[in-house]
Amino acid sequence: MMTKKKWDVIVIGSGPGGLAAAIEAKKSGAQDVLIVERDVELGGILLQCIHNGFGLELFGEDMPGPTYAQTFIDEALELGVETRLDTMVMDVTPMRQVYVTKRDGFEELEARAVVLAMGCRERTRPQIRIPGTRPAGVYMAGLAQQFVNIEGWMPGERFVILGSGDIGMIMARRLTFEGAKVERVLEVMPYLTGLMRNYVQCLLDFDIPLELEHTVGRIIGHDRVEAVEAVQVDKDWKAVPGSEEIIPCDTLLLSVGLIPENELSRRAGVAIDPVTGGPYVNEDMETNIPGIFAAGNVVHVYDLVDWVTEAGYVAGCGAAKFAIEQRKHIDRELPVDTGENVHHVIPHRLRKDALVERDVQLQMRVTRPIEERVSVELVDGQEVVARQGARYARPGEMVTLTVPQKAYDAVNKAERLSVRVRER
Amino acid sequence: MTEQYDVIVIGAGVVGSMVARFLSQYKLDTLLIDKESDVGVETSSGNSAIVHAGYDSVNGTLKSEMSVEGNRLWGTVAQELNIPFERCGTYVVAIGPDEVPKLDPLLENGRRNGVPALDIISGEEMRLREPALNPKASGALWAPTGGVIDTFGATVAAAENALMNGVTLRLNTEFQDFIIEDGRIVGIKTNRGEFDCRWVVNAAGLYADEVMHKAGVRPEFEITPRRGEYFVFDPNMVQVGEVLFPVPSKISKGIVVTTTTHGNTMIGPNAENIDNKQNTAVTQEGLNEIGTGALKLIPSLDLRHVIASFAGLRAGGNAECKNPEVSYHRDFVIEIADEVDGLVNLGGIESPGLTSAPAIAQRVIALLEEAGEELEKKPNWNRIRQARPNFHDMTNEERTLLVQKDPRYGRIVCRCESVTEGEIVAEIHAPIPARTYDAIKRRTWCGTGRCQGGFDMPRVVEILSEELGIPPEHVTKKGTGSEFLVRPTKEVEES
Repeated sequence: MMTKKKWDVIVIGSGPGGLAAAIEAKKSGAQDVLIVERDVELGGILLQCIHNGFGLELFGEDMPGPTYAQTFIDEALELGVETRLDTMVMDVTPMRQVYVTKRDGFEELEARAVVLAMGCRERTRPQIRIPGTRPAGVYMAGLAQQFVNIEGWMPGERFVILGSGDIGMIMARRLTFEGAKVERVLEVMPYLTGLMRNYVQCLLDFDIPLELEHTVGRIIGHDRVEAVEAVQVDKDWKAVPGSEEIIPCDTLLLSVGLIPENELSRRAGVAIDPVTGGPYVNEDMETNIPGIFAAGNVVHVYDLVDWVTEAGYVAGCGAAKFAIEQRKHIDRELPVDTGENVHHVIPHRLRKDALVERDVQLQMRVTRPIEERVSVELVDGQEVVARQGARYARPGEMVTLTVPQKAYDAVNKAERLSVRVRER
Repeated sequence: MTEQYDVIVIGAGVVGSMVARFLSQYKLDTLLIDKESDVGVETSSGNSAIVHAGYDSVNGTLKSEMSVEGNRLWGTVAQELNIPFERCGTYVVAIGPDEVPKLDPLLENGRRNGVPALDIISGEEMRLREPALNPKASGALWAPTGGVIDTFGATVAAAENALMNGVTLRLNTEFQDFIIEDGRIVGIKTNRGEFDCRWVVNAAGLYADEVMHKAGVRPEFEITPRRGEYFVFDPNMVQVGEVLFPVPSKISKGIVVTTTTHGNTMIGPNAENIDNKQNTAVTQEGLNEIGTGALKLIPSLDLRHVIASFAGLRAGGNAECKNPEVSYHRDFVIEIADEVDGLVNLGGIESPGLTSAPAIAQRVIALLEEAGEELEKKPNWNRIRQARPNFHDMTNEERTLLVQKDPRYGRIVCRCESVTEGEIVAEIHAPIPARTYDAIKRRTWCGTGRCQGGFDMPRVVEILSEELGIPPEHVTKKGTGSEFLVRPTKEVEES
């Protein structure tokens, strides 16, 4: 049965970004707010993140993922956010029609504003081109996490983990708790790609060896993984001859990066930044398509869920305002470029009057680590618009620069802005 | 009591399955066996999925005869079996002025082989047809009869149609030896016991030489596995919709940039002789070679958009062409053995084996008739195998109707490829049940997309467990030994 209904805001995805967006949309005055979720319950990937470390930034409280999610689920439901579960969005149009499929049929929904909150997916084996056979026992770390934490099944007994991303390190500890042996964590880069705290709490504390500048040269085993060949790499990621080491194991976990999931966004005509893999957004997290906003890891991959929530608030507020006023974008926007030692920065552009209402946060990743005090700067040519210090800058850890409201005049007269992170 | 058959076909790849399907139109008791847990898991699922026009096989060989005839037959057979087959045409593209003259011998050879409608087109025309092509493209051989086919579907559908018409299929059944009495084959021994028969068709692919040798036939014949590696691209990011070959070298057709019936651009294969018939590993060198080769045709190909890589083994033989006027040492073997009665050998069926499969099957029938076998047609032979619903390719109206009939078709399990629970369940209960993850993948394309099973795998394991009535830890990727899960996690005490 085709039924039709017009919503103020439809949020696609019920992870932390989607929940926050729905809550904030409601609080900002949107009346009909709907979350569409493909799983049978709300919460997204948080539900399988049963480790702690969530909520420290927002609540000063250390929660496991499901608890953190429940806080927002409760709030959303109390506010009257409606939900469609076990429902897959097949298509979103630039006119904000949302086509969904579920067990009882198809529906075409209409929204005044849409928030894309599909999160991200894991980079896979073929994308990093690991040679070798194709047996059972090669899993993305998040997939293994789902098997262990949601389904209650162990995907192996003896593990090698490729990649020092956070999920990989957290899984190393989790699997150890479950009685499995984690032989090694291999990282192709010369530095850790996840958070230092996870290295300490998940690897060091359990004597799990980490080898930097190492990768998997090939996978061995016909039916099931029997071993992997670890190799050292030089600075061009080329294997160092003679460094091969066979590590017997029955499972290889891949924690080699996350990619924002934007297939729906593309269908809606949303322009994607090839660097982040996520939409180009302004400070309201609005994409190039008016009325389509993006929240959380769908924009770029965050280190902390608290920040995903904050980004969701911003998107939800923007979506509500858009829905209510159906306002048009007439304000001029200026680009925020990546300067010295900045890999990418979100947002990509700022409205000239962005600072009228509030401070604006810029979040970026650096390209090279600096292990001394750094200065994070927003500049207009050579003129510094905003500056902030930090003890260090590492590619594995996102850098945030708050642009205060007092920078309004400087932003308003600028034509281009750029950010840089340099030694003090 | 030993089961008795008229014909036993060893090997349920595309050739064996097609032979069984063609045999099923006659009043014969036919058994199709395969050592693997599914049909078509080796060479038949690791290839370019191209139905070749037939211009490149050396004129006068069995290969050239079978490929041109096979190409012609596929039009009808694909329709009858309801499998995706697109006669999109294929190109051999010359790059730079030096390669243009190399197209003429191909055209000449193709015309002698009887390939219809071949033509040479200009570089300018070629670049119009494929705008992403190397700007140095200087001309191309255009073969409109070439095409692409669902290679997984081809084997499954042929075997399924055979079963519909009375053929028996036994999987996990490995040929061990012949039972020979008075110079005539009267049965075979397998790991699952003995089966009596009057005829054996050896369609054992990579192992066809070993099967022959068990009967004392063609002791000099040897299969050398020749590995080819491939890359598959994300269809949302890379869309080369043509089949583009480079000008061939002496040893291979070269790295092709092709498309699949599913809309993925694919590149490969390289060609490397190896000594292990199970070695389908991909290698760094191989993947580099493929990338380099493909970029020669499409310089803008971005290898970051690769979503899958795989390798397949060609069952390359060493048979002399039987035509004394042709010097060629890698021809197909399609013959009744001289040394023993009751054996039809199909050997060295490498490329263009998929293309040739229907023609080879037809030739097997002719050989049996020549040997005096009186074949009588079944009056009720059903040549049509219906396809099961495919959500991915349906319109929203068709989808709505389907979901009304069975709500499981409304539940997406694989989101990259839009594969539903209904389709997966249907394959698990199909005439040839899909009992492993890879079997479901080959039939539905579940897990073949960008996330490579990241979202669907736990769901598919659960569905297989429920539908087959087996515990989750017995669900496998590709048969015994490839289980996904090892044990439950520790028990948590209820508080």
